[in-house]
Amino acid sequence: MIDGFIALYIFMLAAFTGYEVIARVPVILHTPLMSGSNFVHGIVLVGAMVALGRAGTTVELVIGFLGVVLAAGNAVGGYVVTERMLEMFKASGDRQRKTRPGA
Amino acid sequence: MTDLLSADGRDTLIQATYFAAALLFIVGLKRMSSPITARRGIVWAGVGMLVATLVTFASPQMHNYVLMTAAIAIGGGAAWVSGKRVAMTNMPQMIALYNGMGGGAAAAIAAVELLGGKAHGTTTTLLAVTGALIGCVSFSGSMIAFGKLQGLIERSFRFRGQNAVNALVLAVAVAGGAWLVVASGDDVSRPVAIFFGCALAFGVLMTLPIGGADMPVVISLYNALTGLAVAFEGFVLDNAAMIIAGTVVGAAGTLLTQLMAKAMNRSLGNVLFSGFGESAAAGGTTTGALKPIEASDVGVMMGFADRVIIVPGYGMAVAQAQHKVWELTQLLLDRGVQVKFAIHPVAGRMPGHMNVLLAEAGVPYDLIHDLEEINAEFEKTDVALVIGANDVVNPSARNDKSSPIYGMPILNVDRARNVIVIKRGQGRGFSGIENALFYLDNTRMLYGDGQAAVAQLIAAVKAL
Repeated sequence: MIDGFIALYIFMLAAFTGYEVIARVPVILHTPLMSGSNFVHGIVLVGAMVALGRAGTTVELVIGFLGVVLAAGNAVGGYVVTERMLEMFKASGDRQRKTRPGA
Repeated sequence: MTDLLSADGRDTLIQATYFAAALLFIVGLKRMSSPITARRGIVWAGVGMLVATLVTFASPQMHNYVLMTAAIAIGGGAAWVSGKRVAMTNMPQMIALYNGMGGGAAAAIAAVELLGGKAHGTTTTLLAVTGALIGCVSFSGSMIAFGKLQGLIERSFRFRGQNAVNALVLAVAVAGGAWLVVASGDDVSRPVAIFFGCALAFGVLMTLPIGGADMPVVISLYNALTGLAVAFEGFVLDNAAMIIAGTVVGAAGTLLTQLMAKAMNRSLGNVLFSGFGESAAAGGTTTGALKPIEASDVGVMMGFADRVIIVPGYGMAVAQAQHKVWELTQLLLDRGVQVKFAIHPVAGRMPGHMNVLLAEAGVPYDLIHDLEEINAEFEKTDVALVIGANDVVNPSARNDKSSPIYGMPILNVDRARNVIVIKRGQGRGFSGIENALFYLDNTRMLYGDGQAAVAQLIAAVKAL
């Protein structure tokens, strides 16, 4: 379905999109942003599912299974930590909450 | 209207969902460019991921649904629990871990497709192999980075001719990959084993010699590499969502990697292939003496100051001092002292590491400033409090051409009227360079564990 030059066009446009979207991100968001993009490449999960779904031999099944385990870890873990970090960023206006003890 | 149960209808539904997912990813990332909308951004991307995953179950010619569901439950469950529990100080290694898993998944896709002879034609095989190589390096390299950050691997491994050995392993991997491209159709289990074995080994070898302070560069590089690997496997599987998401991440990660390398005034090649620190123990000579100070005196200085800038570094993370730092900041703010935080781009072990820790403690983000915003303000500052930062505040980077870190952009802490450095002992920074800042006339050393020292400062300010 995605042939030769079409694929190249997609690649080129997506690369510029990625660059432009990130270029103006403030430094304070670098970590959540990195972990957010880490989550986004968790889309590899859909590919891993397809690979496992079409695997035939035992070796393929084992590798495919591992692939889905890893991909699911990438997607879920990436989401959880990004969400946790972004939830913490607060402006001075909402500084009613006092320091959490210890931790 | 197409019947959703027919093969064509299902395909349309899947493609439409992937399109929507790709759109949600880009919008989500875009929203992450402001602290106000960032939270919603990740939720949007999450919705995209969820629907894309669900609709994939309806892909044609699929089997092994039980295995698939079990694998998602195992991987997703383990990641959910670990992600919820991990302390903010350990975030860099968790991100390295999840990122490596993505690279490993991309490599696994390639392995299944190559072994099953499903990657047809030279172009497709070439893309599968390239993606697998990148994915393997990202996987095993990230695991080593995880081990180092977690403290499982204590030292950096270096030996004579290391770069030659690495190049050889890479060459064998590439040769194995070329064999796979040529041999498509035959029994490929042997080249697959050689190729994947060497690719994984290369990731390990490449990452072992890299020191902890270079981790911000390495982690963002592997993030970019995983993105690219996913994009390549997307071409193999004809999956536009993977191509777009992977490429966007690849480009974004590349930009971030460049920013990190620039903040250290080093090229990416220098970070990856040269043993920094080992050879750099010399550096310029320093004159003067280290001048210790008592916490009570610092408390007076800060309590009666007009402007204070706090400069945290990795040492603050190690000492878990961020909560105490915020407590001290609140006391000072209540006394009418203007307090700001100055963050160097490569402070800590990943990009933005300090920001996350301060945010965790409750520090509002508008008090936090990066190097370019705040550097001019040090001259008007009464007290600059350096806690756990070293090389990023070393004025040798600005004025000593013989220093190994000469040219690296630094925070101009030395220009503040008074500089207080909280430091555990008299050791040197990761680069092994003496810090000229510590010997300046306006600098005083407050020795002790970061958390304990700040606790003393809190007591001192309270006593005023």
